[in-house]
Amino acid sequence: MKPASFSYHAPTSVAEAVALLAQLAPEDGRVMAGGQTLIPMMAFRLARPRHVIDVNGIDELRHVAVEGSTLSIGATVRHAMLERPVAGSGVLGRLLADVVRHIAHPPIRARGTFCGSVANSDPASEWCLVAATLGADIVIRSSRGERVVPAGRFFTGIMANCLEPDELISSIRIPLLPDDTRFGFHEVSRRQGDFAMAAALVAYRMSGGRALEPRVGVGAIEASPRRIAVAEDTLASGARGPELFRATALACGGAVDPMDDEEMPAQYRRDLVRAVVETALERSLA
Amino acid sequence: MTDLVEVKFTVNGRDCRIEVEPRRTLADALREECGLTGTHLGCEHGVCGACTISLNGEAVRSCLMFAVQARGATIVTVEGLATGTRLHPLQKAFIEHHALQCGFCTPGFLMLSATALERNPDPSDEELLELLSSNLCRCTGYKNIVAAVKAAAEAMRKESGR
Repeated sequence: MKPASFSYHAPTSVAEAVALLAQLAPEDGRVMAGGQTLIPMMAFRLARPRHVIDVNGIDELRHVAVEGSTLSIGATVRHAMLERPVAGSGVLGRLLADVVRHIAHPPIRARGTFCGSVANSDPASEWCLVAATLGADIVIRSSRGERVVPAGRFFTGIMANCLEPDELISSIRIPLLPDDTRFGFHEVSRRQGDFAMAAALVAYRMSGGRALEPRVGVGAIEASPRRIAVAEDTLASGARGPELFRATALACGGAVDPMDDEEMPAQYRRDLVRAVVETALERSLA
Repeated sequence: MTDLVEVKFTVNGRDCRIEVEPRRTLADALREECGLTGTHLGCEHGVCGACTISLNGEAVRSCLMFAVQARGATIVTVEGLATGTRLHPLQKAFIEHHALQCGFCTPGFLMLSATALERNPDPSDEELLELLSSNLCRCTGYKNIVAAVKAAAEAMRKESGR
């Protein structure tokens, strides 16, 4: 239960961090932000990086603010910093404040980071679901420059994504939501703060009793969170109400390709997804 | 074995200078290098909360940080809660409400609650339950812990005239 030896590096700028990564990634160098997943992995020796590049001392990464039509969240912005809506972030800020209460417990939220969760790409991660559903942009830096990957193309499997070993997520930009956006989030977990067994996030605008620009995302069901197009089409197809919500949830359950294991068979996950989508939609009425 | 690194921080008002391997967790450094064994280690992977301390005013799990990351930090451990022989209101309330049996989880619950009450002196029942669900207790049960923290919060509000 004690981590293996490693060399510790504490860069103070992104330029220094990516230069270190370029040099040390081939020697199994890893970025550490909040460390709330990496350190337990190291304690179990499931991860044994020879070099740890700690980005917590980089001031420019501690930045969270509205920039143009997006909320920009820097690499070391803690979950807890989103518990109160960021100034000027409107509906999106309220949505993040609603979701963050489901992430682990207060002491973990004081250290763990938004960008770190996305980099970790756990299928059950609430922030990965938010990024995928709301179409966030992942801003990636390396010594080769900067590239921006839409969340819809970032996740590639269970704890897998398109990050190269020498790359660092410097920030994530989430589009702000129009003021008339309604949203609902719901997840099922065995205990308060535990990993989600199923999670759903819905967002849409209202016009004449119908849902416009619908977004229906599910997490913890497939290897990566994603929007479910057929559920969105269903949600946009009729008058908002319990029947439409049920039809949307059923469409979602039929469209997913759930993970399957002894603890949670695929059919159970399919049932769960229907339940969380329906409840998330009900919550959008609140 | 990698080289030792120098780390300086403040623990319970005292300046501390230690030399550790980078892989040394803050929890182990507090216990072994600083001799403060009040911080307990249960699971060593961030689940049980027994090692919770206050770091720059925030409750964190000291097994989920490396000591080297605490450079320059202001740390309070359970040893720093009492003022001389005068117990902290939370410590008194834990005794009065029988909020501990074996006591292993107690330092973590005390530091979790102390830090939270500094930020929010009057938490709702729901907020308190959510907070206390952070840590594991496997003998007394949570009922008395909740009662103790509520009583302490009330006593602290009276004391400070809020």
